[in-house]
Amino acid sequence: MRRYRLGTTLTALWRRLADALRDLAPIILVIAFFQVAVIRQPFPDLAGVALGLVCVVLGLALFVQGLELGLFPLGEAIARAFAHKGSAAALLAFAFCLGFGTTVAEPALIAVGDKAAEVAAEAGAIAGSEEARNTYAFRLRMVVAFSVGLAIVLGVLRILMGWPLHYLIIGGYVLVTLMTLFAPDEIIGVAYDSGGVTTSTITVPLVTALGVGLASSIKGRDPMLDGFGLIAFASLTPMIFVLAYGMVP
Amino acid sequence: MEFVTILLQTGLGTLLDVAPIVAILFLFQAAVLRRPAPNPGRIALGFVFVLLGLTLFLVGLQEALFPIGETMAVQLTSAALEGAESAVVRWDDYLVVYAFAAAIGFATTVAEPSLIAVSLKAEDVSGGSIAANGLRFAVALGVAVGVALGCLRIVTGTPLPWYIIAAYAVVIVQTFRSGRNIIPLAYDSGGVTTSTVTVPVLAALGLGLAASVPGRSPLIDGFGLIAFASVFPIMSVLAYAMAVSAIARLRGSKTE
Repeated sequence: MRRYRLGTTLTALWRRLADALRDLAPIILVIAFFQVAVIRQPFPDLAGVALGLVCVVLGLALFVQGLELGLFPLGEAIARAFAHKGSAAALLAFAFCLGFGTTVAEPALIAVGDKAAEVAAEAGAIAGSEEARNTYAFRLRMVVAFSVGLAIVLGVLRILMGWPLHYLIIGGYVLVTLMTLFAPDEIIGVAYDSGGVTTSTITVPLVTALGVGLASSIKGRDPMLDGFGLIAFASLTPMIFVLAYGMVP
Repeated sequence: MEFVTILLQTGLGTLLDVAPIVAILFLFQAAVLRRPAPNPGRIALGFVFVLLGLTLFLVGLQEALFPIGETMAVQLTSAALEGAESAVVRWDDYLVVYAFAAAIGFATTVAEPSLIAVSLKAEDVSGGSIAANGLRFAVALGVAVGVALGCLRIVTGTPLPWYIIAAYAVVIVQTFRSGRNIIPLAYDSGGVTTSTVTVPVLAALGLGLAASVPGRSPLIDGFGLIAFASVFPIMSVLAYAMAVSAIARLRGSKTE
């Protein structure tokens, strides 16, 4: 029995490898085309690139297989367990921790925070010293992580209450638009970009499975209509909070 | 040997990234839910696969793709510059850059692991009426258009909010004309496109372009491509859904 299951995992993995190869084909084609047709320079370090591509294909196949085996079932099991327990407070606490905890250490966010501190120093919004920049970058990271925590809380609350998503998101867009009018110029680019960088590769599957799991275990909720949307909140609230951060003197 | 060191370093980094997530999951599992997850062995194996997969993926990207992507972004932007000798920046001197931006935006999005995850889930939940590959294609097309437009913005130096707010207006109009079922998924697809693969390549492209176009500052104008890549997929997914239902309606009226 055990051996059979391992066998199916291996077959599935083999299929994932073929999928991964197909997923990466466009990147290879684009780079090869522009290299040959436009840049017309000899390709640097072909062996290294080939080794790297093998790693990428293998990695992508393992990741997708791991999603199906681990992250998706776990996210849904947790959602069902919370729905069964029926404690909204515990669920919302979990939602906040998940959003905050996964964002605060996100490498892409750390990079954007450092860049934003440079911009702020250039624009004269903060002092140019390294200490001032580090403080600015750290506070910005905390603001974004807090806003993502809040986003998951809001998104889960929406699933529980059955609020329609689009009014909330459109309300958010209107708020972003209004705040843009009053925010200092140098923060706008950072704020707009911060929405996109917060959702990491492990957070997305887990949060999606949580949403879909919740929506399918609560009576009267539709997984398609109510289960998706958590990521949408997580990409909207950082924009609002970073704009606000830039407006506070 | 050097390769093994990089592999181990990246592995450790991935482990540290996942650690807070695992800690939160364990804490709530032990303290609040007090119910073991079904099939813990399988889930543990899945986590091992995810960690191993992500590590290999990142190492491969860092070793193979990112250096090329960054070099190409710099080479292309400076090649375009050579064509434009005059001090006046003309938007059509950079056509090659827009083409590259669109192509690389499309290609990196197709390979984005978080988008694969969401589209698999969407196909599963919708019972197959939303095809995973169709969704990914629509998202990638949105990123392609968005990033090309984002590069045009950097070259022309027009303010970022105009573009993004106009895009919001289009999304709002589309929202009220689309089927209810697709809306949450479309909004989500904006956030999932910009992740492991796309963000570093776009950042390099934006910075390279802003640095080489006269009169642009990489610090101020280099930002914004990620914002474009997050809004345009919402539009393209809503458009995709409208197209799919329009085709279904046409087919339906033919058979009647």
